[in-house]
Amino acid sequence: MPTTHTPRLSLSQGSLHRLMVVDDSNIIRRRIERVQDLPEIEFVGAARNGREALEMHRQLRPTLVTMDLTMPEMDGGDCVARLVERDPQILILVISALADKMTAIDAIEKGARGFLCKPFTDRQLNNALRKLIE
Amino acid sequence: MTAKSETEVSVFVDGVLRYFDTTVQQTADCGTPYLALNDSPEISDYTGMIRISGRRDGVVCFTAPRTMLCVMLMRMQETDMSHDNLCDLVGEIANTLSGNARRDFGPQFKISVPSVVHGRSNAVPYPPNARPIVIPITWRTYHARLVVCLN
Repeated sequence: MPTTHTPRLSLSQGSLHRLMVVDDSNIIRRRIERVQDLPEIEFVGAARNGREALEMHRQLRPTLVTMDLTMPEMDGGDCVARLVERDPQILILVISALADKMTAIDAIEKGARGFLCKPFTDRQLNNALRKLIE
Repeated sequence: MTAKSETEVSVFVDGVLRYFDTTVQQTADCGTPYLALNDSPEISDYTGMIRISGRRDGVVCFTAPRTMLCVMLMRMQETDMSHDNLCDLVGEIANTLSGNARRDFGPQFKISVPSVVHGRSNAVPYPPNARPIVIPITWRTYHARLVVCLN
């Protein structure tokens, strides 16, 4: 099931980023939620594929998204393009096992702001998120 | 094994070592890869499969015993050891090892979303006329295998 959380702080409290995690792996979704520890980021929900992410985006209004690429129903590449079309300011970090340069370039061309290759350490995830929001 | 297939196997061996170092932060050992004697090498409790298409055609599988997967989840601070999460883990490992191989094989090495086989009596649908290469993996006291079968 997709998960949603009520943020502890409201958007009116300044520089809070609302994080949505998109990945077809439950383990990865839970790990990103558990591991990210930047005070500027509030986890608001997780989706299992691109289609679900688009639906949840309307409700949750995330400002920051981690996005897998290889997913059923709608892959991450298409979802990145659709999210950026809706909200050009949205910050998307692609987190994928696809390790070739063309995949990263393609994701950036579609509007992603960063790329982190799986497998990743806790520190690598937080560094990538920090770089994105700074 | 030909020099080409040895090079290809080394890509997957490097991927296995990197996966364990990064995700569970403990080193795994890969034994000497070998060609399977029959068309369908023995599998363990849980097997994650990725179909490969594009320039190559075939299957990449990661197969491991339940206890090993549970300990891996613990090392990842995951508390849910359910059947669904064990399936998720083997699928994610197979996905990561296959996806990482694109660093060397290029974007025409297309990978599917993972599928999972539970139980040792099931068969993996390897492509006909391809000989699976088995990479034995030892982590702590556990034994898993990566099976690479590409035309």
